[in-house]
Amino acid sequence: MHPAFSVIFLTTLIGVGQGLFLALFTAQSYALFDLLPQQDGHGFYAAGSALALVFLCGGLFASFFHLGRPERAWRSATQWRTSWLSREVIVLPAFMGTVALYGLAHGLDWKPVLATLPGGIAVDATVVLGTLGTLLAFALFLCTGMIYACLRFLREWHTPLTVINYVLLGGASGFTLATAFAAVAAPELTRFFGGWALIILLLGGVGRVASLLRNRRLRPLSALQSAIGIKHPHIVQTTQGFMGGSFNTREFFHRRGRLFLRSIRWLFLVGAFLLPALLLAAGFGGAEAGLPIAAFVVQYFGLLAERWFFFAQAHHPQNLYYQSVA
Amino acid sequence: MTQLALVIEINVCVGCQACVTNCKERNTSGAAGPMVDQNPYGKDPTGTFFNRVQTFEVGEFPHTETVHFPKSCLHCEDPPCVPVCPTGASYKRKEDGIVLVDYDKCIGCKYCSWACPYGVREFDEAQKIMKKCTLCVDRIYDTQMTEEERRPACVRACPTSARLFGDIHDPESAVSHAIREAGGYQLMPEWGTNPANHYLPRRKTRMRIREDELERADNPLKIDAQLPKPEQSSPSLDDVTSW
Repeated sequence: MHPAFSVIFLTTLIGVGQGLFLALFTAQSYALFDLLPQQDGHGFYAAGSALALVFLCGGLFASFFHLGRPERAWRSATQWRTSWLSREVIVLPAFMGTVALYGLAHGLDWKPVLATLPGGIAVDATVVLGTLGTLLAFALFLCTGMIYACLRFLREWHTPLTVINYVLLGGASGFTLATAFAAVAAPELTRFFGGWALIILLLGGVGRVASLLRNRRLRPLSALQSAIGIKHPHIVQTTQGFMGGSFNTREFFHRRGRLFLRSIRWLFLVGAFLLPALLLAAGFGGAEAGLPIAAFVVQYFGLLAERWFFFAQAHHPQNLYYQSVA
Repeated sequence: MTQLALVIEINVCVGCQACVTNCKERNTSGAAGPMVDQNPYGKDPTGTFFNRVQTFEVGEFPHTETVHFPKSCLHCEDPPCVPVCPTGASYKRKEDGIVLVDYDKCIGCKYCSWACPYGVREFDEAQKIMKKCTLCVDRIYDTQMTEEERRPACVRACPTSARLFGDIHDPESAVSHAIREAGGYQLMPEWGTNPANHYLPRRKTRMRIREDELERADNPLKIDAQLPKPEQSSPSLDDVTSW
């Protein structure tokens, strides 16, 4: 497939936003049960939610560049019964709204107690909004992943690992950003976020390597024999029917050499997993923000490479029909 | 239920591209708007087509065969491109099974083209929407036209009648007969899309001629043997030649 930068930015940016929100609410949940010190709502949760929203808005903005007719984008919310893309279009704004409300509730100190858990733990509005946001964040990961995983022709994507990796990679980048954010806004939380970031990063690395290994063993289901229905072991295309390019030759081919593909793979394995893990470990528990920020920046660029590779690696069966220009 | 479809006889197609050009001409001047080309006379001409004719070489030299392979939307009975569409622009008509794109609803996200294993959907760079073969839906129901004219443009253009058009769910239609009797098959059956368009396989056409079919055994002139027997290569008129 030809990797489109609009989709690469969309999936990586909203992944960061979702992960950061999950990190914020994880910290609040721990604090709720007195496992972590309470944080000042204005400074930490409100600013953190705003930061998450910046990434989510960036992703939403990038997504419009993928559309030929962005002015009709509202129509894409109608087919949620069958289309994962439509579901994502609904869940993304719902999640953004919930993050905004969550940040506002913290920022304006709007915390009416709605229920009390046994043990005297007060469940206020921010906890309810945070829980809702967490559910929506995971729903959004599911939608984003299923957009690719549901296409049975693209066998590199048609696996539960696709969804799992979207969750883990988005989560890892969000928790890394939370570590950097905490180093600035709430230094006592850097150990907490840094630890989780390392764990999720490790799991993400395992998941991504697992998908690489799986895809390496894939053998194409379709061949020219079934594509044109002629049972002969030796068939070559002499012409695809036109000499200039077409949509089919542009959209489904990445037009890069094997060496380029292989180097991108190593680049993302180092950039998205190894280097950020080392930087996070080096800065673990420290109060300075430099290392976690560097970890996040390196990881984000690594994830851009990872997403590029994710698209480029997928082989579309239609390519069988577009082999020869003559 | 009706399922309109094309049945294409691989054996007969000569790869003349008449169906391609007639399709383009017919559909670019239709009510749905032009299929604009980019750089039509420049270095890399490109544009949207509903129909392509490709050529394959089967076998190894010297035992090769050239196979021309016309390719357009197969109007799958279980089209994978339809459920993925987020706007409902891509749909399959219940009344005749044609898979269509509503140009006014399409947002140009290209997701349907990812979901089609055959690569028959093409994005129009000028109108920024997805396009595909409509089986000339504006033509086949046009009651102003004669019955003969109410067929897709590609079918009308084919000089060798390699393309048949009809309802494959009607067991007595010409296309159903062709599929049944000439071994019609579907493309990429492994994906379970159940394409409506079928292809009729290539065949070896060989003439077997026996000696006694060349020479008239009961030729009276031969019995009388009054005329000299000319060489087989000499010019002849029927009933005048001696052999």
